[in-house]
Amino acid sequence: MKDDRYEIRFGGSGGQGIILAAVILAEAAGVYEGYHVCQTQSYGPEARGGRSKAEVVISRSEIDYPKVIQMDLFLAMTQAALDAYFFDFKPNGLLVVDSTFVKQIPSSRVITIPFTRIARDEIGKEIVANIVALGAVALLSRKFSSENLEKAVLSKVPAQFKDINLQALHAGMKAASEVDLSHLPRSIISDEEKEV
Amino acid sequence: MPEKVERLRHDYLRHDKKFPHVWCPGCGNGIVLGSLIRAIDALKLEKDELVLASGIGCSGRMPVYVDLNTLHTTHGRALTFATGIKLANPSLTVLTVMGDGDATAIGGNHFIHAARRNLDLTAIIINNQIYGMTGGQYSPTTPYGSRAATAAYGHIEHAFSIAELAVTAGASFVARGTVYHAKLLDKLIAKGISKKGFSVIEIISNCHTQYGRRNKMGDPVTMMQEFKDRAVTVEKAAKLSPEELADRITIGVLTDIDKPNYTEELQKIRDIAEKNR
Amino acid sequence: MTEQSTRQVLQGNEAIVEGALAAGCRFFAGYPITPASEIAELMSLRLPAVGGTFIQMEDEIASMGAVIGASLAGVKSLTATSGPGFSLMQENLGYACVTEVPCVIVSVMRGGPSTGLPTSPAQGDVMQARWGTHGDHPIIVLSVSSVSDCFDITVQAFNFSEKYRVPVIILSDEIVAHTREAVTLPSVQKIEVFERIRPSVPPEWYIPYEDNSRGVPAMAVMGDGYRHHVTGLIHDTKGFPTDRSEEVNAFQRRQFRKITNGFYEILMTKSFMMEDAEIAVIAYGSVSRSAQHAIIAAREKGVKAGLLHLITLFPFPKKDVDPVLRQCRSVLVPEMNMGQISREVKRVNLTSKVVAINRVDGQFITPTEIYNKLLSM
Repeated sequence: MKDDRYEIRFGGSGGQGIILAAVILAEAAGVYEGYHVCQTQSYGPEARGGRSKAEVVISRSEIDYPKVIQMDLFLAMTQAALDAYFFDFKPNGLLVVDSTFVKQIPSSRVITIPFTRIARDEIGKEIVANIVALGAVALLSRKFSSENLEKAVLSKVPAQFKDINLQALHAGMKAASEVDLSHLPRSIISDEEKEV
Repeated sequence: MPEKVERLRHDYLRHDKKFPHVWCPGCGNGIVLGSLIRAIDALKLEKDELVLASGIGCSGRMPVYVDLNTLHTTHGRALTFATGIKLANPSLTVLTVMGDGDATAIGGNHFIHAARRNLDLTAIIINNQIYGMTGGQYSPTTPYGSRAATAAYGHIEHAFSIAELAVTAGASFVARGTVYHAKLLDKLIAKGISKKGFSVIEIISNCHTQYGRRNKMGDPVTMMQEFKDRAVTVEKAAKLSPEELADRITIGVLTDIDKPNYTEELQKIRDIAEKNR
Repeated sequence: MTEQSTRQVLQGNEAIVEGALAAGCRFFAGYPITPASEIAELMSLRLPAVGGTFIQMEDEIASMGAVIGASLAGVKSLTATSGPGFSLMQENLGYACVTEVPCVIVSVMRGGPSTGLPTSPAQGDVMQARWGTHGDHPIIVLSVSSVSDCFDITVQAFNFSEKYRVPVIILSDEIVAHTREAVTLPSVQKIEVFERIRPSVPPEWYIPYEDNSRGVPAMAVMGDGYRHHVTGLIHDTKGFPTDRSEEVNAFQRRQFRKITNGFYEILMTKSFMMEDAEIAVIAYGSVSRSAQHAIIAAREKGVKAGLLHLITLFPFPKKDVDPVLRQCRSVLVPEMNMGQISREVKRVNLTSKVVAINRVDGQFITPTEIYNKLLSM
């Protein structure tokens, strides 16, 4: 059985909308792109603050283990989330950080985009930083069409906020499209040495 | 008169259940059962549409004798089962009978929330101030200073008033009677059943076996005589000072108010939900 | 029912609601508790729209009482909770057993005991589901491992409950409850739904707890003219309390017999790569998914491993476990508790080699842990 799991982790703090971003991505994958998808999260008792983690596993075949085993892509929206959830990377996985908040980065293989600053300065609402990040993550994963992402976003946000969320999504995609992946440093370990 | 008693007995008691009942001779529970049957008969309610639920204790045994839809539930929980039944089929008239320990100790939380919720249920609470069936342990209505199987040196806790608790918790109809005042009970129970909303009828009763004996209160007749002497109507009580009322039993209707009924409110929610589907 | 037959991304807890509604559930009583609250929240939204009733009770004791009351009045009823609330429900769960009232109880397991780890997964309530209420009683306990399971097993739970007149417990866990997966739910018309058998004799002939070949008496509904007595005391066939040993014995034995009669359909398991397996993993709930992943990886290394996935936990599916114990040289039972099912597996054949992986730290068992164990066995 060919294992084609693509595993994405979102890390941030409660209230940043990390889980919503993962839910939207899962909707895009499962409903609109026709993937098998598992979206999970872990969270503490607090509704705001604390650490929050959400994961999305997508595959063309049925998914057994629903959580991330080794990440293909990790989005860190805060320093604390990066420090806590940085491990478990696949060789040549993509680390994406919100450079508005994340200052210490443990790897040279990193994509830095100031999601929160973009949300604040370009969109005018810091609260949509999660959707900006979602746009970037989705584009970098190369698993989604922008049309399907738009549909997924529209299905999950209230009517009066549709425009601003679409704007945020596109801002994120644009920021990510400017990243030159071929210039990222590569892992010295070969792809063969995968763990289970 | 005897013919009427005979007819009621035949109409409402289960003849396939072997009597005698489990209650002690002279127990007030039989008087309450009689009043309940007369109230149902007076209201001309269909037996098929009546549910009588109880909890545990001497009062809990009442449903088994009556030819209605009957339910003998767990200790203190009669109102929770009654809530499910009434919500599932609002056309049923759902009555509960409980004791003081049953309704206000182990079932106290259910009791106050049923009153607050104001579902159309009738709660008959027989208050004999003791746990009878389990052997005379003190209940939430056992008076300060009295003796009980678990208060060998005299009771050091304070009793609360069930009827007043029900008023405060928001019941639509609250009344109190005693087993001496059987005719009044017939009326109070009938009023409680007719009331749309949560109704409570507290009935002061005698447990000469467990409570009276330990507290030297005499035989059932003496205990009932005492209820008669201590009783004062709501109207008269209004003119008495708190000191004068200290040892009295206020009988009659304490509260009769109209407020939105739960099943009607629920239907409103359903209508909104169906529209928004 | 909205949006059926379309592909949607749902949480396990949401799929339980959809399954319950599809099975004809029209009453929910519950009390908020993590990680089960989404079931109550969604029921409060959905039930009124189909003429059903949602009520948030004052506690889990009351919730269970209301659920039994509603079922006695003829409405299929559900409640959902987690460990601490499940403990409170045990009293009235026993009442549902002794009075044979159909109802479904979902317990979404979290770390315990007591308040424990409210947002972390565990499988610590397996024995509470089996033996939580007092006294000897048969009970059906089903487990769920995925979002589509949550829908299917909930429908099946209602069907078993109605067919056998027993409370059925669905054991979920925090992972399954909160995992979102893309599913296409079957349309309601395409699902077999079972209703309790009602009396067909005239009311005066009705014997509420009469034995029959199946051991499942016809159940009258309050208000339909078959007035009878329902009590938590052990009762005779007419429903009246009895302590005559021959009547008590007949009552108790029938309770077990009616479930035993249904073993052919009640005991549900799934096999994965078991045909030539030399080592078997026996797992249930979310952990069965870690096991499946590990087995595929172990096979790549030449280890002949297979999975017996238990769906029914109780009555314990001995008939499927026994052949596995005979076929395989050893059996691995990973679970997020200290060995509640591994001991049941051992009981089937005390000479078998049963190895346990136990995790009680609030973390999910990973495929790597199972894989490493498989390679060392």
